[in-house]
Amino acid sequence: MTTPTQSPDHDIHHARLDDVQGIEPSPVRPTSSRAQWLAGVGAIVLFAVLWQVLDLHLALAVSISYLLFLAAVYLVYRSAGGRRVGLDIIVRWLVYGAFTLAILPLISLLWTVISEGLPVAFSPSFWTEDMTGITGLDDQAYMEGTASLAGGAGHAIVGTLMITGAATLISVPIGMFTAIYLVEYGRNNRLSRGIRFMVDVMTGIPSIVAGLFAFALFVQILGPRDAKMGVAGAIALSVLMIPTVVRNSEEMLRIVPNELREASLALGVPKWRTIAKVVLPTAASGLASGITLAIARVIGETAPLLVAVGFARNWNLDMMTGPMNSLAVYTYDIFTKPLNPAIIDPSRERAWAAALLLVLIVVGLNLLARLIAKLFAPKSR
Amino acid sequence: MSKRIDVKNLDIFYGDFQAVKDVSMVIEPKSVTAFIGPSGCGKSTFIRTLNRMHEVIPGARVEGEVLIDGQNLYGRGVDPVDVRRQVGMVFQRPNPFPTMSIRDNVLAGVKLNSKRMSGKAADELAERALRGANLWNEVKDRLDKPGSGLSGGQQQRLCIARAIAVQPEVILMDEPCSALDPISTLAIEDLINELKSDYTVVIVTHNMQQAARVSDRTGFFNLEATGQPGQLVEFDDTQKIFNNPSQKATEDYISGRFG
Ligand SMILES: Nc1ncnc2c1ncn2[C@@H]1O[C@H](COP(=O)(O)OP(=O)(O)OP(=O)(O)O)[C@@H](O)[C@H]1O
Ligand SMILES: [Mg+2]
Repeated sequence: MTTPTQSPDHDIHHARLDDVQGIEPSPVRPTSSRAQWLAGVGAIVLFAVLWQVLDLHLALAVSISYLLFLAAVYLVYRSAGGRRVGLDIIVRWLVYGAFTLAILPLISLLWTVISEGLPVAFSPSFWTEDMTGITGLDDQAYMEGTASLAGGAGHAIVGTLMITGAATLISVPIGMFTAIYLVEYGRNNRLSRGIRFMVDVMTGIPSIVAGLFAFALFVQILGPRDAKMGVAGAIALSVLMIPTVVRNSEEMLRIVPNELREASLALGVPKWRTIAKVVLPTAASGLASGITLAIARVIGETAPLLVAVGFARNWNLDMMTGPMNSLAVYTYDIFTKPLNPAIIDPSRERAWAAALLLVLIVVGLNLLARLIAKLFAPKSR
Repeated sequence: MSKRIDVKNLDIFYGDFQAVKDVSMVIEPKSVTAFIGPSGCGKSTFIRTLNRMHEVIPGARVEGEVLIDGQNLYGRGVDPVDVRRQVGMVFQRPNPFPTMSIRDNVLAGVKLNSKRMSGKAADELAERALRGANLWNEVKDRLDKPGSGLSGGQQQRLCIARAIAVQPEVILMDEPCSALDPISTLAIEDLINELKSDYTVVIVTHNMQQAARVSDRTGFFNLEATGQPGQLVEFDDTQKIFNNPSQKATEDYISGRFG
């Protein structure tokens, strides 16, 4: 211990902070939290007046009353509790505002998709039928009430699952092994820096380019007539997926503590086995959720599939021959080209239903990711 | 099962930085050897070269020889994996595998080395290792619970059990008690005393009483100056080091008159 330096007038180590000249600690005064709720009620009343009585635009009324609310709350709390308390309250309400702003579009989107898509999405025929031979006349009959909605998206559901599944089968091994190389073997050598750079570049590739790449590749091999097939779509999607998988996995492997690797190596376990039996299981939950999120990212891709797989109205379970359909492409097609240009409502219903299914699959994947993360997470009790 | 370790003119590097210079010593089988010395003098660095864990760090390398029963660890064609099976290690911070149960943690070294093992043999081995680490009575009812749910001292003894389950010839311990309370520390010191009848034990410690209590021979490492490599200043019987050291630096260090 060093002896404290003595100041001429008094020993600084024994003085209270507010006794020291030139330092004025901000006071801590109790404040009530009721004022902000009063201000909140005031803001709502103000909003109602602005909107209904003064007939301002909704967004304008909201903004004005929100800003006035912030100002009022800040002034009240500042005078009661000082600058720190005032800033605290204003930042808190700014954060709440930002959160609301961010969540509103999401809720609105979910609400629209669900309310528009729900009636059709859960009728069994929508899951089991394809669109072969369905014409505008069927839609006319449906509108007149003489028939139920004809056709379905069964072929698109299966197509989405098959193409995305194949893309996952391609990307996960490649991506995981790349990540393992980067973290466990490459360290920071030139090759791994190069790979990391390429992966970054690949992350930014527009999806349509990936589709064109896959299409061009298959045209080279099979000629333009036979090039469109499910596998081409899977390859296009894996071009988009691999960089995400590499990045996610790399991060997850990096946070596995080095001590565990050393513990295993010190037991005389070879390096590859240490990776397989210690590092990967420890990172398993993160890896699994990273992969699931990567799948969720590509499952809604439209453009690359349109280019590489084309579009089919009928069932096609053979990924090696001919176009297939997928939910995103189905939605796009039926929305832009209704079966009956004069009666577009039935086609719109189909489009919303397919969109809803897509959203449900993505939500399901996210839930699955959480479940997997929970199942694999290292337990401590 | 225990072996004699002969270190000859060992220089240890991290990239271009030389961390330890010219160490030579003989570690006798079935004895406890302690290393003491100020922080940063290269004790951990040195002990990690005895089972080739040093080279796990990127850029780290070694010059010189470490002979175990006459065989050079750093000789051509020697597989570090093989070395580590003979020379086990316990780290400063307990590091049980978080994904494994207590039982699997103990058996990790054996299981991961892919030997086939019957359930009965595994149970016996786990019990023997846990008894050897004085942990059996505390965990025998919760062998299937995760190892990370144990207290710090229990975790450290679990790590010792894990190290002795693979039946090495030598056990290295780098400050095994530095994160533990006095009672767990005593438990581990007792354990070290028992281990010595079967294994060659090497321990790094900052606790001088601990070195005096558990070890037969003690090595004192020191730095000439910051930035200089660490050196082995004195290596002798523990009694001699603590009662009648031959070097001035050793005497200053153990009597607390240091830097
Ligand atoms: N991974 C590393 N890379 C580079 N230098 C290192 C590394 N680990 C240790 N060193 C350096 O090697 C020297 C010896 O460190 P070491 O960890 O062996 O000291 P120590 O005697 O174990 O100290 P302590 O008692 O604090 O554990 C120090 O100068 C340290 O900075
Ligand atoms: Mg150390």
